[in-house]
Amino acid sequence: MAKQRVLIVGGGLAGLAATMKLAELGIAVDLMSITPVKRSHSVCAQGGINSVNDQTRQLGDNEWKHFDDTIYGGDFLNHQPPVNEMALWAPKVIDLMDRLGVTFNRTPEGFLDRRRFGGTLYKRTAFAGATTGQQLLYALDEQVRRWEVEGLVKKYEAWDFMSPILDDAGVCVGAVAQDIVTMELRSFRADAVVVATGGCGLIYGRSTMSMTCTGSAASRCLQVGAKYGNGECIQVHPTAIPGADKLRLMSESARGEGGRVWVPRTPQDSRSPKSIPEAERYYFLEERYPAYGNLVPRDIATREIFNVCVNEGLSVEKDRQCVYLDLTHIDAAELTRKLGGILDIYQKFQGVDPRYTPMKIFPAVHYSMGGLWTDYQRTEEGRLEVGSPKNQVTNIPNLYAVGEVDYHYHGANRLGANSLLSCIFSGLFLAPGLETLLKNVPEGQAAHERPQSLYDTALAKQADRHQSLLKNTGGENPYLIHQELGNVMTKAATVVRVNEQLENAIGVVHDLGERVKRCSLSDTGSWSNQNVLFTKALQDMFPIAKAILKGALQRDECRGAHYKPAFELPGLTSENYEERHQQAEQWCDKFQENVDKFLKSTIATIDADGEPTITYEEVDTSLLPPRPRLYGLVGADIIEKVWKERTSAKQAAAKAAKAAEVAS
Amino acid sequence: MIAHSEETPSRPKPQSFTVKVLRKNGPGQPSYWAYFTIPYEPELNVISVLQKIAARGQEDGGKKCAPVCWDCNCLEEVCGACTMVINGKVRQSCSALIDVLLDEHGSTLELRPMTKFPVVRDLMVDRSRMFQALKKVKAWVPVDGYYDLGPGPKQSMAAQEAAYPLSECMTCGCCLEACPQYSKIELDQQSGESTEAFQERKAETFDANFVGPHAISQVVLFNMNPTGEMNKRERMDAITDEGGIQVCGNAQNCVAVCPKHIPLTRSIAKIGRDATFHTLKKWFDWS
Ligand SMILES: Cc1cc2nc3c(=O)[nH]c(=O)nc-3n(C[C@H](O)[C@H](O)[C@H](O)COP(=O)(O)OP(=O)(O)OC[C@H]3O[C@@H](n4cnc5c(N)ncnc54)[C@H](O)[C@@H]3O)c2cc1C
Ligand code: SF4
Ligand code: SF4
Ligand code: FES
Repeated sequence: MAKQRVLIVGGGLAGLAATMKLAELGIAVDLMSITPVKRSHSVCAQGGINSVNDQTRQLGDNEWKHFDDTIYGGDFLNHQPPVNEMALWAPKVIDLMDRLGVTFNRTPEGFLDRRRFGGTLYKRTAFAGATTGQQLLYALDEQVRRWEVEGLVKKYEAWDFMSPILDDAGVCVGAVAQDIVTMELRSFRADAVVVATGGCGLIYGRSTMSMTCTGSAASRCLQVGAKYGNGECIQVHPTAIPGADKLRLMSESARGEGGRVWVPRTPQDSRSPKSIPEAERYYFLEERYPAYGNLVPRDIATREIFNVCVNEGLSVEKDRQCVYLDLTHIDAAELTRKLGGILDIYQKFQGVDPRYTPMKIFPAVHYSMGGLWTDYQRTEEGRLEVGSPKNQVTNIPNLYAVGEVDYHYHGANRLGANSLLSCIFSGLFLAPGLETLLKNVPEGQAAHERPQSLYDTALAKQADRHQSLLKNTGGENPYLIHQELGNVMTKAATVVRVNEQLENAIGVVHDLGERVKRCSLSDTGSWSNQNVLFTKALQDMFPIAKAILKGALQRDECRGAHYKPAFELPGLTSENYEERHQQAEQWCDKFQENVDKFLKSTIATIDADGEPTITYEEVDTSLLPPRPRLYGLVGADIIEKVWKERTSAKQAAAKAAKAAEVAS
Repeated sequence: MIAHSEETPSRPKPQSFTVKVLRKNGPGQPSYWAYFTIPYEPELNVISVLQKIAARGQEDGGKKCAPVCWDCNCLEEVCGACTMVINGKVRQSCSALIDVLLDEHGSTLELRPMTKFPVVRDLMVDRSRMFQALKKVKAWVPVDGYYDLGPGPKQSMAAQEAAYPLSECMTCGCCLEACPQYSKIELDQQSGESTEAFQERKAETFDANFVGPHAISQVVLFNMNPTGEMNKRERMDAITDEGGIQVCGNAQNCVAVCPKHIPLTRSIAKIGRDATFHTLKKWFDWS
């Protein structure tokens, strides 16, 4: 095993967790990232990380409920065994992070403090001020630095991953990357390549994500044959601060700590918000969802805010869509202690103190549930097989994906504070599988034994791409094309999706995709040329943008973050009990039809022209039968009852059938 | 503290403003000023202005130019990437609001790279020395491993509240730019020198020079952690070594510019006291 190496691309939580665990297992790692890993996008995460804990357990919580919330929140599009495994490991992941020195907030007795996040009734979320992601990332970064000093990890910071290298049998044997300072292109030999490059928000122009979240690395895997799952499932965060360069997140924890969302009942009421009396305020989330109030799941909060502004015309401002997020009823000192970090962000970027003035917020693209398709090894009882090299592998052998860039765990919608968990969990869990893989490399097939020609060919291809871009004289401006792409995508494929608009967007994006091939660079130099790197990333956004649009167009239903009003199942209308019951039965029939037709992962592959082909994959729902998400629907109680009866009948029948089988 | 927007007396905004950027095409090349006139819009920051300049690809007067090179990632002042000197003050460019800058400085915006680090290109500098300092002072908790060994030690709210601010250091380098004791080290790879040998020479040179206040503060953080305390001694060895705490002249410039308001002078005082004790103890151990 001496000469074997793993290449990890991306040093956010997922990449760093994988690196440190592999190093612990004695495996040498090359860790590559565009930014110094300590500056990865994970630093932006504010709110916290979920797990069942001693307190919630005594209120009836357990790992199964965490699993259930995650699946239900994801509208059943998540494969269940990986989520099950993650929920079971969650308390241990937090213990580990605690041991690594994360400055989690404490209770007066010295335990970890917890808060409640959206989509659950339990206080599962551990947090470190309002910079939980930063603190978690730093803890992992520090451990990786320790391994760097020990010599097991070699960092390649300021390198941009250009492509995986495959052998003739389609097995990944390394990667080509480019030094973003010297512009040197180089190949890396690796016995496994792990892509941990995060989300793809920049496809939407502005989002809550960081500047390196272009999806370029995932796209470069797609372009050599990797599959992309559930691309259309893009989470739009309900509360962001609109800005010229970025839509800055206002964490869900603002609502977790008691923040209330409202608009004046009078459209564009010109009074200052504090002087508007209670009776003239419309707390629309609290009114419509009494059980969850302001903490309804993200997709629902987003849609309601969008709806109140766009359809009901109640936006606070006339020329810009926004609603109030109000914390001013809470003591300022307490706010500083619990939410200091995020409140400072608002104050810093808007020049207004949210402790005393309600914030103005609007939804923004926030998270990619979809991503590189990955596999797993299921055990009999619906968990993952520890140490299986199948866990987290893409359809390309020896090419793996972990973190936000993989499509497991969050289905059609991610619950708050579950992503930091899935990133760290998948990074850690990957390592023993890679150990098995590396132990079983066939004779002569290790990366260091592969012929040099494989690497030279791959390198030459990237050198060609680079040179031809520098020489391009098509006259198009990459920055303007990026803006146009962002505008189309934001309009067609965010909160509300309409087939006509999607079809139209597919046409526009296709044309932009032709134009982007003709970009002329304003910098043709060979030193720290950000212009050419940006243009490559932009070109590579197109395959994923197209996969998102096509996936969205073909999914004629509402599921999680994917909301198509034309295909929404309406609530019950009858007031008469009998009739209402009948309507509920019909509703459930339709729901079942929809499950049969659409409860499938969208799988995109890309052809040589960058055009997507979509196929579908069955979802493993063996642990928890699908049930409708009924937040706020008229007739929810009776539909739920009917559905429960049907499910139990089905389960009883299945049991009886099994018993009969055993008996015979 | 930023005042409430209602209360901020603001000048009438100009139609446009000038951005003056100190550029440099690469190491060893001369620096030069480039000028860009930008039409005024509300709610701009320095990043969005640099984005506009990149999209335009021209200096004032119509001369074609490459986009200005700069570092950034999070755009919300938590990654530490985008540090530069803006109208004479070192700070993060993502949180530098044009409205405020115009109020303070009139209609010219001046952008320069930091002076304590080698310029890679334009406003982008090489801060690898900051990360090397974290290695030198062993800024980590030396856990046994990553298997499940139960929760970490219990800690009081007070301990968390003391540690948290220190753990927010984003390695941005503002403190180093302001520190009179921290001077630039620029090394070149020599012909015939391998990349590995060059890296090693760089690390050695960095280690022999001042680690800087950010690293001193990390020593406090990790010495404070119940598990981290177990190798306090090694950390104190490092921080009392050449380039350690004794270099600090206590000018306190660092604390004034830290965007995260990290109590650097308190950390420096703490390590100063611990260092005296550490040296005495070492002396007694030997005698
Ligand atoms: C504002 C905000 C707040 C959030 N808050 C929470 C929260 O409270 N709780 C929660 O659970 N989740 C939260 N999330 C989601 C969570 O932060 C992310 O999903 C998670 O951090 C992603 O981590 P990652 O390791 O997958 O990737 P990232 O942290 O995005 O890291 C990606 C890495 O890949 C590198 N990279 C990218 N492209 C390339 C390339 N081409 N070549 C080389 N390297 C490359 C980057 O340099 C970086 O090192 C939040 C997200 C945002 C945007
Ligand atoms: S107090 Fe020390 S570290 Fe801070 S600026 Fe002064 S000399 Fe530098
Ligand atoms: S101490 Fe402050 S100024 Fe210095 S690197 Fe850290 S965050 Fe930046
Ligand atoms: S871009 Fe991250 S601190 Fe400014």
